Parts: sequence; structure tokens; C-alpha cells
Amino acid sequence: MVLIQVIVGGLLLGAIYALFSSGLTLIWGMMNFINFAHGEFVMLGMYTALLVVVWLGGGPAAFGLAAAIALFALGVAVYVLLIRHVVRGPMLAQILSSFGLALLLRYTAFWIFSANFVSLPPTSLAGTISLGGIYLPIAQLVAGLVAITLTIALHLLLTRSTLGSGLLAVAEDRAAAMLMGIRPDRMQALTWGLSAGAAGIAGALLATAYPWSPSVGETFGLLAFVTVALGGFGSVLGSLYAGLIIGLIEAVSAYWLGAIYKDIVVYGLFVGLLWLRPQGLMGKA
Amino acid sequence: MKKYLAQPASAQRVSVCLLAAALVLYPLAFSGAFYRDIGVTFLLAAISASAWNIVGGYAGQVSVGHSMFFGLGAYTPLLFYTLWGWPPLAGIPVGILLSVGLAIVIGLPTFRLSGHYFSMATIAVAELIRIFVGTWALVGGAIGLQGPAMSRGWWDLTFRGDLPYYYIFLAVLAFVLIVTFALERRRFGYYLRAIKSSERAARSLGVPVRRVKLQALALSAAFTSAAGSLYGVKTGFIDPDSGFGILVSVQMVIFAALGGAGTLFGPLVGALILVPLQTAANTWFGGSGSGLTFILYGGIIVLIARFEPGGLFDLWHRFAPRVWRRVHAA
Repeated sequence: MVLIQVIVGGLLLGAIYALFSSGLTLIWGMMNFINFAHGEFVMLGMYTALLVVVWLGGGPAAFGLAAAIALFALGVAVYVLLIRHVVRGPMLAQILSSFGLALLLRYTAFWIFSANFVSLPPTSLAGTISLGGIYLPIAQLVAGLVAITLTIALHLLLTRSTLGSGLLAVAEDRAAAMLMGIRPDRMQALTWGLSAGAAGIAGALLATAYPWSPSVGETFGLLAFVTVALGGFGSVLGSLYAGLIIGLIEAVSAYWLGAIYKDIVVYGLFVGLLWLRPQGLMGKA
Repeated sequence: MKKYLAQPASAQRVSVCLLAAALVLYPLAFSGAFYRDIGVTFLLAAISASAWNIVGGYAGQVSVGHSMFFGLGAYTPLLFYTLWGWPPLAGIPVGILLSVGLAIVIGLPTFRLSGHYFSMATIAVAELIRIFVGTWALVGGAIGLQGPAMSRGWWDLTFRGDLPYYYIFLAVLAFVLIVTFALERRRFGYYLRAIKSSERAARSLGVPVRRVKLQALALSAAFTSAAGSLYGVKTGFIDPDSGFGILVSVQMVIFAALGGAGTLFGPLVGALILVPLQTAANTWFGGSGSGLTFILYGGIIVLIARFEPGGLFDLWHRFAPRVWRRVHAA
């Protein structure tokens, strides 16, 4: 019974991994760009939630929305001010831009918020419920379900809507898309907004159920790499499956081997993937 | 090649000689412990950044996890000393061999894919090793390892003052730069630059792209490992963060990128600017200095990427010829 509880808990956390990883994979698929600051976006989403609760009050819906909007704006700003100028430049500039941004955000957060772990004050989602003998914190359950819903919504937005077609058209052929009346710069700014916004909501969802410190940005950033590598670069659906799998593996290995080893198992999985199937589950090489 | 001829060759030769003389004479001119410490730190930074430069600068394969080689180099001599009492000097080649092995293990699969994949893999593997070493009791776990407290002979590389270290580091730096200089002018160096500017074009012209990238990574790993060993024996102490931590990788990247990635003296110039700056930040701001250093580094990296991806070297070569002409016209 404990094992089932561990598995369900892992899947619910994995759903949140899937949500923020889909943001990373979106940028990769759209513009062949790896955002090293993605984990920091998640971390900033968590602190946004905290600041909104402390200063303005309001429930999970309010701070979740606030985190999404704030990070959407940040994502667009990062694209317009920084990424737009480096994306067609040399490889070194591409990697340094987001890597430097990650350091800047991470250590500014350390400076402002200190390295101490914090958590949200109890929200309306406090308490646990019992489902067929397994006990789950309501916050975890809601966060996981919302995350799955949003990831699927993002997938549908990309595959079923006119906007999604516009985004994919730019990814496919920038010049041709421009001739069709699509503005590539706007579409890519929107991609960064969506990606950071997904990370922001994921951060707010994580904040409802787990304590954190500024260092989680690095952890989540690496987790997002592993998830995207497993799911396949550029595939939102792939990162949904991969996120769930990784949440599951993490929970089960923490249960069997001890909490310290879960990171080793996950990164080990990444190294193994590198050798065996570098294109991931759903990716094309 | 025009870039390299921006100044007359004789002027270049004179400035290199001046630089070498300044580095040799520096510890004699500044004998205080503080200045010697800065000097040694600078040399170490210049060695590791120059080592990174071979694969990250010349070949354009941006590793953000070079700390894995640095850490292997730092741990191996101290580990063999702790386990069997080997002199650290004997552990250094083993560390280099292990690093080259690791470089091949990482390079073989990732060099088939786009360059971003290599960057991601390096950061993930470095982090994996850091966490793993922190949980492994044999290599000291989170506490780390210590080197010989008392020197049993010169092969222990344990000296009282900083002076012997300074000249050892200087010799190693000279070696790394001479090897880089030699490679730069051979076919291998042209291959690297060809790969950097366009992998597809290089391949179509018959450059064995994967093999060349792998050789560059292996060479870079060997030098980085040596730098790590020097750090380990100099401090006589190593733990997961000072060996495999992300700051170690970041420093190599930022020193090289600030000075000019893919240029012979770029990493050295970057270290020359940033090491004193970092020391100053730590002295002025005390304990909180290290956090501020990171913020500063992040800011500098972003600015380099946005405005000067060629580093100061590129900037210099855009402005220097104009100045030169004006001086000679007058």
C-alpha cells in the first residue's frame, strides 16, 4: 500500500515536471535553442506565488494566474531584449546568453530571498484526502491534475489551433511563414512567453505542495533537460509521458534506495539515454 | 587570416615577450603573500580556461561541465595518497587518463548530435558526478579528501610558500599555450575552425568531424585534469563543490569568453581581468562576496553574449587597426 502511495505521489509530481518541461521542449522545437534558465523560471514562479500570497492575499487560482502572467511577461522580455539578438549568432553566444541569464536570476534570487527554504502559508488546498486507502495531500492532487490538464491544453493549442499552426509554420520555415503574413518575431516572442508562463504556473503549483529555496532552479532545470531528452526534443506529448515516467522513477528510487540517490538514478538515466536513444521516446534523430 | 595580421608580426612578438617577462618577474616584484596568492590563482584560472578553449573556443563545442575533468584531476592524486600513500605526482597521470576516458565516453554519443546536446550532456554529467562523489564514502563523501600534510620529498608537490607553485603553474601554462599555438597552425587547427564555422561544410570537404571533435575534447580534458591536479595538490584539500561544482565550469567559460574564445591569449586576458576583480569583490564584500561574484558573472556573460560574442579580442581587433593607422599617419 505504501508503494502505491509512493507511485501516485511520483506521478502527480511528474505531471508538474511534464508541464515545465513542455515549455523547454517548445522553445527547442520552435527555434533549436536550449534555455538554460528554464529552471530559474520555475523558481521565479514559486517566489511570485509567495509574494502574491504575502502581499496581496488570495487563493491558489489567484497566485497561479499571477505567476503565469508575470513569467509570460518575463519570457517575452527575455526574448525581445536578449534572445532575439543572439539566436542567429554563433553557438557560443546562444549558449552563453541563457546560461548567463540562469546564473544572474539564480544568484539574484539567493541575494534577495536568502538560501533558506520557504513554503507558502496554508492555502485553501490544505489537508489530505483518502482515495481507496491511499492518503494524498489535496494540494498535491490538485497541482498534479491541473498540470496534466495544462500540458494537454498546450499540446492541443499547438496542434489544433490557428495560432499553433502559425507557431509551427515559423519553426518550419521562417521566410515562407513571413510570406504567408505571419510575423516570426511575434510568434517567437509568444513562444518564449508561453514557455516561461508554463514554467511559472508549474512553479506556483509546486509551491502549493512543496517547500523550496533558490537552488531548486538548478535542480528543475536539469530535470527538464532529462525529461526533454527522454521525451524527445520538440515534442510536448513526449515530455508529458517523460515527465510522468521520471516522476515515477524518482519516487520509487527515493523509496527503495534513499532520497539522496534519486538524483543519481535520474541523471544516470540521462547518461544511459545519451548512449542508447539520443533522440528520446518521441523524437526524430 | 586577416584578423591575425591586424598588427605587424614584430609588434605581436614583442608584446608576447613582454607578457612572458612580466609573468616570470611578477613574484619577485610582489613578494607579499596576498599578491602571490592572486598570482597563483590567476595562473590556475588561465590554465583551465586555456584548456577549455581548445574544445569550447576553437572547435566551438561549448562545454558547460568541464568541472568533471577538473574534479577528476583534483581528486585522483589525493585519493591515491589517502588510500595507498602514493605521492600526488604519481596520481596526476592517472587523473589525466581517467579524464580522457570520460571525455571519450561523453563525446562519442553527443558529437553525433547538435552542439546544444553536448552542452546539456556536459552539465548533466558534471552534476551527476558531483552528487555521486558527495555520497560516496570511499572518496570522502561531502567532506572531501586531504593531501599530504608534511612533504616527504619534492614528488609530494607539497611546498611551504607559493613561489614553487607559481613557477610550476607558469610552466604548465606555457606548455598548454605552446601546444595550442602549434595546433592552431597545423591542419588540426584549421579543421577545428572549419567545424566551428560550419560543421556541414567541414564534413562535405572531407574533415573527419566527429574524430576531430573527439580529439579536441580529449586534449582539452587532459589539460583541464592537469589543472585540477595542480589545484588539488596546491590547496591540499578537495571537496565535491570545489572540484565538480558548477562555479568551476562557469569560470573556465567566462574567462575564455571575456578574453576571446578561440584565440590563443583570450583566456589568459580574461583571467587577468576577472581574477583580481573577483579577489577584490571577496575582500570588499566579505562573506556575501561570492554570491555577488555570481551575479556579476551572470551579468558579464549575458552582456558578452548579447554585444561581444567574440570577446575583448574581437573588440580590440576592430579598434586597434584604426589607432595603429592614426599613430603611423601622424
